[in-house]
Amino acid sequence: MCTQAVALLAGVMESRGIATACVALVKHVAEAVRPPRALAVPFPFGEALGPAGDAATQLRVLRAALRLLESPGPPPVLEDA
Amino acid sequence: MPLKYRAYMAVYRWRRIDPVPWAELRRPLASARVALVTSAGFYRPGIDEPFRRITGGDSSFRALPDDVDPRSLVLGQISDSFDHGPATADPNVAFPLPWLHQMAAAGEIGESAPRHLSFNGSITAPERLVRDTGPRAAQLLVQDGVDAAVLVPI
Repeated sequence: MCTQAVALLAGVMESRGIATACVALVKHVAEAVRPPRALAVPFPFGEALGPAGDAATQLRVLRAALRLLESPGPPPVLEDA
Repeated sequence: MPLKYRAYMAVYRWRRIDPVPWAELRRPLASARVALVTSAGFYRPGIDEPFRRITGGDSSFRALPDDVDPRSLVLGQISDSFDHGPATADPNVAFPLPWLHQMAAAGEIGESAPRHLSFNGSITAPERLVRDTGPRAAQLLVQDGVDAAVLVPI
């Protein structure tokens, strides 16, 4: 449900001119909902950016999400972390 | 995840974005103003209203100032579909504000936005999210001159 919520919000924000990068905990939900740019992560619910206390992994995933902002498209863009 | 949620998600009709909008990043990432949007339901106790347990989900949001201490936030998500332990111990798993600040200081992004947004992502009926609170949240980011948003579920 969280993946759908952020994906739908990404769509709303993007239609108002804000570039978005969405982290997706469930890839098939991102495929169904189709946010403009999404990064599918292999982590369980409750730790979308990586394990608690694992700063290196969290930073790596955040950087990967931010890199999607410079993707040339076309939408929807869906990559694996 | 408990079986009841697996069963629910297997038959749930996901809401499809069609057509998919596209906003080019207006400036290079290294000069862009970036906001975080989390669906962990984080809020400031004693300052923000807690999220509510209502049918279909609470579609409201809280705006968190850029200088908020993430460790002072309460995890407002009431869903038992996930382990609350990691986000309670380390808010960065869903609201990586210190990492965004670190990237701004290093010049990887332009700057962190003055406000970030927190939703409670357990929303099964997202009409209000798409038609009301989502657009208001987007307007807030537009007012703040935000170029880009990173959205993190939990």
